[in-house]
Amino acid sequence: MRRLATLLAILLGVFRRRKRTEEPRRIVPAGTPSRGAENAVVALLVCAAMLAAAFTVVYAIDDLAHQTQLLGLALGLSFACLAAALIVLAKRLVVSEEIEEGYPDPEHPEEQEELEQVVRESGSRITRKRLLLAAGGAAGTAIGVAAVTPALSLGPILDTDPLYETPWRRGRRLVDTSGLPYRAEDVSPDTFYTAFPEGAEKDEIGSPVVVVRLDPSALRLPPERARWAPQGILAFSKVCTHAGCAIALYRKPLFPPTSPRPALVCPCHYSTFDPARGGEVIFGPAGRPLPQLPLEVDGSGELRAGGNYSGPVGPSWTGVRGEGPRS
Amino acid sequence: MIRRAIRFLDERSGTAPFLKKALRYLFPDHWSFLLGEVALYSFVVLVATGVYLTFYFEPSLADTTYRGAYEPLRNLQMSEAYRSVVDISFQVKAGLLIRQTHHWAADVFVASIVLHLLRVFFTGAFRNPRELTWLVGLVMLFASLLEGYLGYSMVDDLLSGMGLAIGYGVALSLPFIGSNLALGIWGAPYPGDPSFESRMYIAHVLILPVLIGVLISVHLGLVALRHHTQFRRARRQSDRTLLGVPAFPGQAPRSLGLFFGVAAVLFLLGGLVQINPIWQWGPYELSQGTNGAQPDWYLGWLIGALRLVPGFDVTIADYTVVPNPFWGGALFPLVVLIVLAVYPWVERRVTGDRSFHNALDRPRDAPGRTAFGAAFLSWVLVIFFAGSADRTYVFLGLDYPAQIWVYRGLVFVLPPLVFFVTRRVCRELQEADRIERVREEAEEETRREVLPA
Amino acid sequence: MRRAALTALAVLALASPAQAQPKEGIVRPADERGKSRLELGRELFAGNCVTCHGTAGQGMIGRERRLGSGKTEGLGPPLIGVGARAADFYLRTGRMPLGDPYDEPERRRPLFSEREIGALTAYVASLGDGPGIPHPSPEGGDLHEGLSLFTEHCAGCHQVVGRGGVVTGARVPPLEDSTPVQIAEAVRLGPYLMPRFSDKDISSRELDSIIAYVQRTQHPKDQGGWGIGNVGPIPEGMVAWFLAATSFVMLCLLLGQRVRG
Repeated sequence: MRRLATLLAILLGVFRRRKRTEEPRRIVPAGTPSRGAENAVVALLVCAAMLAAAFTVVYAIDDLAHQTQLLGLALGLSFACLAAALIVLAKRLVVSEEIEEGYPDPEHPEEQEELEQVVRESGSRITRKRLLLAAGGAAGTAIGVAAVTPALSLGPILDTDPLYETPWRRGRRLVDTSGLPYRAEDVSPDTFYTAFPEGAEKDEIGSPVVVVRLDPSALRLPPERARWAPQGILAFSKVCTHAGCAIALYRKPLFPPTSPRPALVCPCHYSTFDPARGGEVIFGPAGRPLPQLPLEVDGSGELRAGGNYSGPVGPSWTGVRGEGPRS
Repeated sequence: MIRRAIRFLDERSGTAPFLKKALRYLFPDHWSFLLGEVALYSFVVLVATGVYLTFYFEPSLADTTYRGAYEPLRNLQMSEAYRSVVDISFQVKAGLLIRQTHHWAADVFVASIVLHLLRVFFTGAFRNPRELTWLVGLVMLFASLLEGYLGYSMVDDLLSGMGLAIGYGVALSLPFIGSNLALGIWGAPYPGDPSFESRMYIAHVLILPVLIGVLISVHLGLVALRHHTQFRRARRQSDRTLLGVPAFPGQAPRSLGLFFGVAAVLFLLGGLVQINPIWQWGPYELSQGTNGAQPDWYLGWLIGALRLVPGFDVTIADYTVVPNPFWGGALFPLVVLIVLAVYPWVERRVTGDRSFHNALDRPRDAPGRTAFGAAFLSWVLVIFFAGSADRTYVFLGLDYPAQIWVYRGLVFVLPPLVFFVTRRVCRELQEADRIERVREEAEEETRREVLPA
Repeated sequence: MRRAALTALAVLALASPAQAQPKEGIVRPADERGKSRLELGRELFAGNCVTCHGTAGQGMIGRERRLGSGKTEGLGPPLIGVGARAADFYLRTGRMPLGDPYDEPERRRPLFSEREIGALTAYVASLGDGPGIPHPSPEGGDLHEGLSLFTEHCAGCHQVVGRGGVVTGARVPPLEDSTPVQIAEAVRLGPYLMPRFSDKDISSRELDSIIAYVQRTQHPKDQGGWGIGNVGPIPEGMVAWFLAATSFVMLCLLLGQRVRG
């Protein structure tokens, strides 16, 4: 009997000891379970799975109307269900602890000193620090400059002459987008036309011009441009001198007494140019008048350029008023 | 099984102590701390959808004729770049979903950075020791503006092409160096060398994402090293002790839930709400334009500035020293960047407060800062809204030139007004708080006197 | 917040192109049904149009005079020789009658009935030989030619999918409600500040293509979902802020948790 009791005591003691060693101190506190929340999470995850499957099914169908919308709904809602599952998990199934901790030290003066010491002491073999630094600086700067030099090939960075070039020259015919030449009689008043230099790239900033016809008596061009508008036909660069958008608007009054006068307008910031006054700016942020292209009507009635523009085309840069355009 | 995995990792990398620290990193409690995470998760969606798009996008301006499904573009000449995006939208299954999600994510990414910046500013989280984190964040903000601009400009459609022309005009407008800079970037006078498309492409898919990715790591690293700030709400929250929720298990499902929530909203938008329907705009032609062309929202402040500045070039003799677009397109954003960047040091100087801060201010607790921030924001917002004055005219009939003059006036009049009003409101709120505190203390005293009896 | 700001702007007394109706309303003869078309037209014209267009449609070009009874003797172009085309366009789109000659004529609900419009149109056409109402056939038009032509000639003012725009001094109308006849009339007429495109500039076949394209823009292919107005980044930005950003803020509010201390 005593042996049985001792055996029992030993066994119990072993059990008790094992329980104690198997139950370490908890780091994350225990929390109450919530089967309802678990159900909700499972349900949401199942929804997410089904919606993701729906996405693959919708994807597989060809020629489905509103496919983009259905794909977006399927994938978006699948993610939404997943998000909802995680949120339920976060709020109901995960223990949210509040732990207090000290902020890290603002600084570490000893290590700072040691760092400084290491750097300082490392220079014990150097006698002419400044000379070495100067030489190092020179080498570094020169190598840096050399490394950056190939960037000059990115474009004509040091040569700004191309900015003045335009494809227009005396005698160049004005053609439309399909390449057909404009005749003076094709240019009606009260409307506007887009023209390009014959044989040149349409896609250059100096190419497109906008052509309008005004009553010659309404013109107030600068005296040197008196012959630039045969029959009242005027041509201006179609590229705005403010920031480079195409001047795609033409305002023409049906009944002049109650309406503003004819003007070329840019849709980007509404710079407004007066064709009758040689492209003068009458509203908006443009700082430079619209360059005018001199026109001539040749023997067969076709419109030709009488020379290059009155000034360089496009947005302003430092040298824009320094020289004229080049052909 | 978990034990075995952890042991495997620790034996081969020695990172168990680090992981324990990382997993128990404390997060602050307030909801506004999650705004930065929204930005981060938008970035993840951007990268994922962006990689997908690079498998289909053709970064080339070579001419091609459209032979695809969308009738109005049939037989039209366009660049390969434009054609590839039309094909992504109409030909590639789920292509339009991914493309639209990508674009929505970009708009949302910048919006969430702005919200996050506002939270950081108005709570003083940028103060010592977090000035570097603030600067890194600013660089990321401006980098993401450029990244977005390049992203939608690569498509070579009519709207974004007009925007690129304006970018060229602004580059040209830098005094003295503008022409050289523009020629360098574009490779030739506008429209530039064909390689310009490749330059935009590589900047957009490699250079800027890597830059932003590295900066995000630095930003998050700095935040973790110095730990998050916190509001002083519970008694134990102070400049010395942090009270928060550990990353695991408490914060992780929330952050993960937020990630999938962000992804959900972005993909829902990507499927249900159309964005940038470039097939309706048509391909870009230098000689053409459309009314109502606008940049994406985060560049709206610049179009507003460009429209508000009156028309003049600053000339000295034959030199056009300051072409017009410089003021609105270059100086204005530079001023905003500089003001935001130097603000932490200016505040230190003005308030004389150079000490360490881990606890945040409520906006009312710093009337000067809140007032300045509100005034500066109102200045930028006035200019931002001026940028849509033309569509306001179309929609509401308010005359355009008149609106421009009103906005020009507001630019000068509104910020000082907002400053004084905000500062007053903050002070009143502080006073109300003080009275409340005095009253509570008085009540506490009477309770203590009554109870022992 | 936008609306508050905009109301404030409106309150700051901006000059706006007022929805100018003629101040005293339409003047109609007593017995409309009994009159012939031309007779009705003449009487309606006399009652509503002569102060600006002259008693015989010769126009009034001089100074606007405000008469005692609140009537305005105004300015107006001559209508002799403008034909049925112009009258039909202006009356059917409600642009005429115009209360103030300096206002921009804008589309609104026509103040005249169908019969009255017919009568007035016939009367104006009788004032002199002029172009009749056009009969375009957009079914014969080419959508892609239409896109190219519309972009080249029209998009600068009307916006590339016809959502309207701004030109310095005026609002450009959207084309969502324009019928093929009205489009053809406007293109040939050049109303208010719009350029006038004769058939030398845009042939009838090209016009058919343009009209086919405009019709298409009235029901555009919004492959991506809700078109939000088809004007690009402004509504997109609104969705990003008011839909997406607010839902994210709400999500953050849901997820944030307060420490209890």
